[in-house]
Amino acid sequence: MEEQELESGKIRKFIYVNRKAPHGTIYAHEALEVVLIAAAFEQDVSLAFIDDGVYQLKKGQNTDGIATKNFSKTFGALDMYDVEKLYVEKESLDARGLTEEDLSVDVEILPASDLKKLFNESEVFFNF
Amino acid sequence: MKFGVLINEGPYQHQASDSAYKFIEAALEEGHEIYRVFFYHDGVNNGTRLATPPQDDRHIPNRWTELAEKHDLDLVLCVAAAQRRGMVDQGEMERNKKDSNNIADKFRISGLGQLIEAGIQADRMITFGD
Repeated sequence: MEEQELESGKIRKFIYVNRKAPHGTIYAHEALEVVLIAAAFEQDVSLAFIDDGVYQLKKGQNTDGIATKNFSKTFGALDMYDVEKLYVEKESLDARGLTEEDLSVDVEILPASDLKKLFNESEVFFNF
Repeated sequence: MKFGVLINEGPYQHQASDSAYKFIEAALEEGHEIYRVFFYHDGVNNGTRLATPPQDDRHIPNRWTELAEKHDLDLVLCVAAAQRRGMVDQGEMERNKKDSNNIADKFRISGLGQLIEAGIQADRMITFGD
């Protein structure tokens, strides 16, 4: 049945908005699991990082001391899943004293006004 | 309109499940269709049949089962989230060699693909959670 659904040929604009810090709660980790599974459906996928979600892309994370999985490395592999559109909100970076150099992957940094447009153009909106 | 619903929080701890329930009731009353209700993160805990809330409180899992029976809703717990949190159906019990299962009637356990598929097929995807 799932195969049949996969072949339906309907392509929609998905956006996954990541709002939370990578550790402390499981939202960010399980959100990434959704993105990886979703890749098999060959939809038009964008990821946005806002608020504390920008910390998910921070370079040099080490989770040894908290015994959780360091899933930040997975973001670097997203292009192998054809997930290539990653957007980071400029205001969120600025508020946290972060710049593009602090991030572990290539992203497009957009002001909130541009992200708003992107959200409005999206058809399927998931926020984690 | 055809709605897909995502519930990301557990029962009682958070209002998400209550709000989703009320939303679905109202949507059905207005003649809309609920394509699927997908439970993710701690939301999978809504599917336990072992809850015993105080008698003067609402029984959240039973309420979902009853609503699903009445309107033939598709209630899906994410398998990965369910495995982490010990939500188990007959199949999962056998596969992972557990000594029991705890899933309530009308819920089923399946993959995240069911969530994506709801996103593709429904006119609107609505998320309840933090």
